[in-house]
Amino acid sequence: MSFLKVEGLTKRFGGLVAVNGVSFDVNQGEILSVIGPNGAGKSTLFKLIGSFMTPSAGRVLLDGAVISGLSPHKVARTGVVRTFQETTVFKEMTALQNVVVAHQLGHSAGPLGAFFASPAARADDRRSQENAEEILGYLGLGHVRDELARNLPHGYLRTLGIAIAMAASPRILLLDEPFAGMNPEETNRAVDMVEGIRRRGITVLLVEHDMRAVMRISDRIVVISFGSKIAEGTPAEIRDNPTVIEAYLGQDDETIGH
Amino acid sequence: MATSTEAAGMIGATSPGSRRALIAILPLAILLYAVVPFILRGQPYWLNVMTNAAILSFGSLGVWVTFAIGRVNIAQGAFALLGGYTTAILSTVFGLSFWLCLPLSGVVAALVGTLIGWPLLRLRGIYFAMVTLSLTEAMRLLFLNTVTLHDGGGVLNIPRPAGIDTPLDFYLFAATLLLVGYLAVWRLAGSRIGWVFRSMRQNEELAMSIGINVARYRVFAFAFCSAMGGMAGACFASLQQNIYPATYTVTDSINFMLYCFLGGLDFVLGPIVGTFGLIIAFELLRSIQEYQALLYGALMILVMLFLPNGVLSLPSIIRRFWRSGR
Ligand SMILES: Nc1ncnc2c1ncn2[C@@H]1O[C@H](COP(=O)(O)OP(=O)(O)OP(=O)(O)O)[C@@H](O)[C@H]1O
Ligand SMILES: [Mg+2]
Repeated sequence: MSFLKVEGLTKRFGGLVAVNGVSFDVNQGEILSVIGPNGAGKSTLFKLIGSFMTPSAGRVLLDGAVISGLSPHKVARTGVVRTFQETTVFKEMTALQNVVVAHQLGHSAGPLGAFFASPAARADDRRSQENAEEILGYLGLGHVRDELARNLPHGYLRTLGIAIAMAASPRILLLDEPFAGMNPEETNRAVDMVEGIRRRGITVLLVEHDMRAVMRISDRIVVISFGSKIAEGTPAEIRDNPTVIEAYLGQDDETIGH
Repeated sequence: MATSTEAAGMIGATSPGSRRALIAILPLAILLYAVVPFILRGQPYWLNVMTNAAILSFGSLGVWVTFAIGRVNIAQGAFALLGGYTTAILSTVFGLSFWLCLPLSGVVAALVGTLIGWPLLRLRGIYFAMVTLSLTEAMRLLFLNTVTLHDGGGVLNIPRPAGIDTPLDFYLFAATLLLVGYLAVWRLAGSRIGWVFRSMRQNEELAMSIGINVARYRVFAFAFCSAMGGMAGACFASLQQNIYPATYTVTDSINFMLYCFLGGLDFVLGPIVGTFGLIIAFELLRSIQEYQALLYGALMILVMLFLPNGVLSLPSIIRRFWRSGR
């Protein structure tokens, strides 16, 4: 049984079919990239998987259980956690507070315990704190942990967005253009980071325009164009797929990794 | 915004609770229990002003909680009215003791807050603010048209709380209520729940994406706020011994919100400082009758212009000025 299963997902916005009957499986522990030209429907697909939008048709299953139709926070709690295409963090908190507050699962103290600062609640807080420090250190943000997020440079904010998602104990992480706006050096580091996340046992689903990075990092690639899946395969297969080349026609050859 | 003391601290209950609680509450307690009664001894009028300010502060603290989740709430007058009528009817018709009416008024307001808040809190920004504004008017019309004990929907001869006879008694009761409310909101804001609120205020979608049940926390914050408004209304009903549909109007709802703004939204003390500051200013300006409203308005505009983060942001501004000056 596949880990995450996307079955005939469709999303219509009025007359526009942004996602059109897309199906694919994600295996546990792999890095699967979704690529496609601008406006192909990639972000919409992610929002559907994370239940931030309701599909017009189709469904999503995790471990064989349907998760589409659940509210977004419930989907997150099943371990399907997304990041945002636009840099999205809690701007008025420090980097550390951003990641601490993202620890919402596995608390042993209930709301009342938290209110009265019970020993269990204090233990929870300590654990979140330690975990957050570990995640920040691991993603190379340890030295800016006490900076306010709004004062951090763009590259750090992208990583902080991933750190926030990591704090939610994902089993599968949906990264929407994590390398956007990064220089080549930053991208290299971020690629290593995503590989490191996978080594931690987290499955990664990735939308990305940086083809060099995609070809390097992905186990498999799904290509969508105008909302429909047009190809699926290993990086080598995708690079030589005529349909894919055609979809990207008019664009620089460089963009599909030639 | 994040220059506030709480945001700079660590998240949640990392503090050894009771000692920090004492530090947080002791100055306010000394002020309310010792300084104010000492200065105002033999001045029942001013003691009464302070009683009003303490009860209004309690209501403002509630509004601060809805500010904490990023909603401008102009409905607190509605819940004060609801709590006031709950106490008025329970004590006059059913003869219930005020000490039972007070918590019941809070519960009724919280329940109604939950019912109303659930659908309304989907709205944000100006839309939510406008709907809450009209809620105050709707509540007034409701009581005007349903309560038939007295002409005009009023309830008269509401008994005073048992055991509270003098203005000083009532002041001390109001001060105690305020201290308890302050401690509760201070704890809430410092706990994991307060941090969830902060995260929701900054970005609800991101909060959802990490598993926070945003809808439920929103309703909880609103119900908490409504309960405090209801209890404030209950106290006033018993203090003034009567209530009318027009006891709380849209103006009162707006004032609750202004008190929070002027004190400072980053501080739990903000609504208390804002309420006392404005109530006292209003009383002092009373002597100059015709210019009162004008001066009052000018004062508010000045504070908003020069202290957009509230009066309590003044120390940090001075500190920054001091540092850059050297
Ligand atoms: N909420 C919405 N309402 C209406 N149309 C939408 C909405 N969201 C997306 N669309 C449209 O759906 C199509 C797919 O958008 P989507 O953001 O999923 O593309 P994308 O593949 O992520 O593009 P990019 O690479 O530029 O991020 C676009 O034509 C977009 O204009
Ligand atoms: Mg996109």
